[in-house]
Amino acid sequence: MDIRNLTALELGKKIKTGEIGVVEATKAALEQIQAVDETVNAFVTVDEAGALRRAEEVQKQIDEGSLTGALAGVPAAIKDNLCTKDLLTTCSSKILYNFKPTYTAEAVRNLERAGAVLLGKTNMDEFAMGSTTETSAFGVTRNPWNTAHVPGGSSGGSCAAVAANECFYALGSDTGGSIRQPSSFCGVTGIKPTYGTVSRYGLIAYGSSLDQIGPVAKDVSDCAAVLEAISSYDRKDSTSLKREDCDFTSALVDDVQGMRIGIPRDYLGEGLDEEVKAAVLAAAKALAAKGAVVEEFDLSLVEYAIPAYYVIAAAEASSNLARFDGVKYGYRTEEYEGLHNMYKKSRSEGFGEEVKRRIMLGSFVLSSGYYDAYYLKALRTKALIKQAFDEAFEKYDVILGPAAPTTAPKLGESLSDPLKMYLGDIYTISVNLAGLPGMTVPCGKDSKGLPIGLQMIGDCFQEKKMIRAGYSFECTRKYEAPELAERRGK
Amino acid sequence: MANVISDETIEYVGILAKLELSGEEREQAKKDMGRMLDYIDKLNELDTTGVEPMSHVFPVNNVFREDVVENGDDRENMLKNAPEQKDGTYVVPITVE
Amino acid sequence: MSKQYETVIGLEVHVELATKTKIFCSCSTAFGGAPNTHTCPVCTGMPGSLPVLNKQVVEYALAVGLAANCQIHQYCKFDRKNYFYPDNPQNYQISQLYLPICHDGGIEIETAEGKKTVRIHEIHMEEDAGKLIHDEWEDCSLVDYNRSGVPLIEIVSEPDMRSAEEVIAYLEKLRMMIQYLGASDCKLQEGSMRADVNLSVREVGTEAFGTRTEMKNLNSFRAITHAIEGEKNRQIDLLESGEQVVQETRRWDDTKGASYAMRSKEDAQDYRYFPDPDLTPVVISDEWIQEIRDRQPEMREEKQERYQKEYGIPAYDAGILTSAKRMADMFEETTALCKSPKKVSNWLMVETMRLLKEHGMDAEDIRFSPENLAKLIGLTEAGTINNTVAKEVFEFVFDKDIDPEQYVEEKGLKMVGDEGALRGTIEEIVAANPQSVADYKGGKQKAIGFLVGQTMKAMKGKADPGVVNKILKEILDK
Repeated sequence: MDIRNLTALELGKKIKTGEIGVVEATKAALEQIQAVDETVNAFVTVDEAGALRRAEEVQKQIDEGSLTGALAGVPAAIKDNLCTKDLLTTCSSKILYNFKPTYTAEAVRNLERAGAVLLGKTNMDEFAMGSTTETSAFGVTRNPWNTAHVPGGSSGGSCAAVAANECFYALGSDTGGSIRQPSSFCGVTGIKPTYGTVSRYGLIAYGSSLDQIGPVAKDVSDCAAVLEAISSYDRKDSTSLKREDCDFTSALVDDVQGMRIGIPRDYLGEGLDEEVKAAVLAAAKALAAKGAVVEEFDLSLVEYAIPAYYVIAAAEASSNLARFDGVKYGYRTEEYEGLHNMYKKSRSEGFGEEVKRRIMLGSFVLSSGYYDAYYLKALRTKALIKQAFDEAFEKYDVILGPAAPTTAPKLGESLSDPLKMYLGDIYTISVNLAGLPGMTVPCGKDSKGLPIGLQMIGDCFQEKKMIRAGYSFECTRKYEAPELAERRGK
Repeated sequence: MANVISDETIEYVGILAKLELSGEEREQAKKDMGRMLDYIDKLNELDTTGVEPMSHVFPVNNVFREDVVENGDDRENMLKNAPEQKDGTYVVPITVE
Repeated sequence: MSKQYETVIGLEVHVELATKTKIFCSCSTAFGGAPNTHTCPVCTGMPGSLPVLNKQVVEYALAVGLAANCQIHQYCKFDRKNYFYPDNPQNYQISQLYLPICHDGGIEIETAEGKKTVRIHEIHMEEDAGKLIHDEWEDCSLVDYNRSGVPLIEIVSEPDMRSAEEVIAYLEKLRMMIQYLGASDCKLQEGSMRADVNLSVREVGTEAFGTRTEMKNLNSFRAITHAIEGEKNRQIDLLESGEQVVQETRRWDDTKGASYAMRSKEDAQDYRYFPDPDLTPVVISDEWIQEIRDRQPEMREEKQERYQKEYGIPAYDAGILTSAKRMADMFEETTALCKSPKKVSNWLMVETMRLLKEHGMDAEDIRFSPENLAKLIGLTEAGTINNTVAKEVFEFVFDKDIDPEQYVEEKGLKMVGDEGALRGTIEEIVAANPQSVADYKGGKQKAIGFLVGQTMKAMKGKADPGVVNKILKEILDK
């Protein structure tokens, strides 16, 4: 048996029975990181010493019987926009190149309570702005399936790390598709829960009204278990919701008999790669064969989601990222004349191009004379999009479609045309605007051997239906890892 | 391109956002912002008369904290991240002339 | 000057609320901590931190709004005001622009010109900024975030005032009202109450307002009066010489008695307000408003009336006792302990007022406890000390809040009323002053006063004058 190939829950079970030790599992993950991360670059920081220390502690608590959860002792990776006390947290930006938070994000604390061993922090698009993980200040992450391709983004590091067996699961964040799209490109499973399900306390904000933390793992069961562990009502986050129904693993049932599944026609139209389309439709057929009622329908307003999203996200980001100014933490320019010059130089040198582009756009749309025309217009559009989904969910339990129009593009192909890159988020973005849960499950590969992801969207608070559909579909196929994940140490 | 971004606008937005763009970056920013705004103008096709702007998706209200002191002093830890500190304070270029 | 001008003034008054914790985090609002010791990730703008609203802030804002006869926005929200400055750690201030908690109120003021109502445009909640300490030697500023996130309400008046006198009357009325509500101590010097003056001038008879300026950094009533005079004259001079008033923010320098424009090309004054996505709306039910109304404390006018009725305090005295909330509290709490309202009133009106004046203090600065004043009054009532000693002891109560019973005991200040103890001393005095004795016996009744005085002196003021008189008469009349 190769420890690395186990899912998180499988490993958890073997740790519980004593078949595998926590230190042993941690070492296996660290060795894999050693072996492949020079190529993949999924990690910004690997905390080897901390992980091994923690592994011993966790093992002791398991032995004493004080830690009994399904994930106790399982090594995990955390996206680098989640604060971890005393551990470098950079958002993959030069402006936070040396930032060590004084506290740990609530979602990560929840994982620690569940007995997680943290291996390190994963690479991402700078401040989660991007769809390729190429805007990181610490180098691009490569797709484990084909290292000439991007892993997607912004949670590209988390998804690549899971695909490459460098960790057993990871946390990502999703503002416009940042968990679902890279999960699709890397052939792993990822969930973005209903807004408010996971506390945002300690998540370095990009678009506060859209950001949610979620799990990335090898399969739906792992994702459900991790989501169950990180979901909590947190009085430190005013937008956190009190939910009684976070026992997501109870929805791991292979049964879609009578489930109503809708496929928006707009999600199958122009711009969608034929191979992706075929794989998604085949998945729909597989679900129909299991008794689901699948049909196509018209979900209106799809083309308005991206412009509305970019106004709202950029506006919030321009304000959220104002705090990075060289005063309290992070990068300060070497030479400056006076306060405002220090601000401008620190920020201009500390932020990358894409971040600056969005801050400029956000500042503009909020500026005097434009607020109504852009910002309020976008919020009104958001209300209409939410309404369109409400209507759809009167007819369907789950909405199904692709996670992205294509498979992973080659490195360097996307950044030259930002607008084109933004259009790649067309299937994922409206989910964030409407606060809905969404999930990506692998559903095949294209002719280049790159993974294709199936997206499932649930109504607010209906993660369980989505998980049940995802699990049922997953039962029709086998998890496939890239060749690189099986590679032996150098 | 319908939206033409002037030098003045970029300069102004730079002051608001505290970003300083070099010549080349500046030209690129003008082009990018113009294109993005053209694209965003698509929203104008949509009739949103009478639609309330939606800030929060869920109608959650009145999330409060009780007025009880809970935080202690973590100054030393927080100051560790400061680019420049002195006597327990954060140091910035002088703000008065 | 040929034309007649009228000054038009509106005020923006910031008041720091008397909560124990900050508006969005559970850090203490206490004054005087070492720099940055009352801070946390939220009020220093650490990445990933999130604000959670202090309920008490809403309740204080509502209380002030209701007392100022405002309408309440029963659905109100917080907005971010975006601008870069180091005292503002997030580089945005959480405030309320679109739906402030209170609006359209007004309070009545009274000046020599009579009564009038100053309308209140709105009251909104927001967070205070940190403090900048300038180190000119090192050419840097030091940032202390202890005040960052302290809750404020901003009370914005309509441009209804026409003179410095009206402005002061308005501010005093506001201050009294807020102090009575317990929502703030409203100390101008310490910055817990701050007023920005919006002022314009126009020719008498014109309807349209002139261009206004906003004056900041006014931390006493004196500075406000001077700044209003100065700005009025500056604007009139500009207009008279054919120039324009520029709409701008000016900073008052009280030592120089002049203001200067706070302008910079880096100051765009475009705050890009938008609803804060990290906070949820505040919905204020009719029941909640009623609850706040029911809890409103007794205000000055009611107290004045009650003091007269319940305690038989004269109207003038009741006016002074209620002129500051702290004074009224002292009166009521001390009276509750010693049940001698008139004596309490007397101590507060005479000795306390004298010492406050001597020390240049406000009633709000009173440090002694009602318990110790009550004990002091108890000591005089029981005849344990006489009035002269009591006044001396009170100075220590006022300064250091000492326990008068303990103090009198330790210093041996108890009045000596024991005949045996006094008789010896009196006999000595009588023997030493034959002339006075002769005078008395010769019919000069007054001479006894001298002998009493001598005895008191010998007893260091601690003798009971009544007993001394009695013994003296016994000896002399023998």
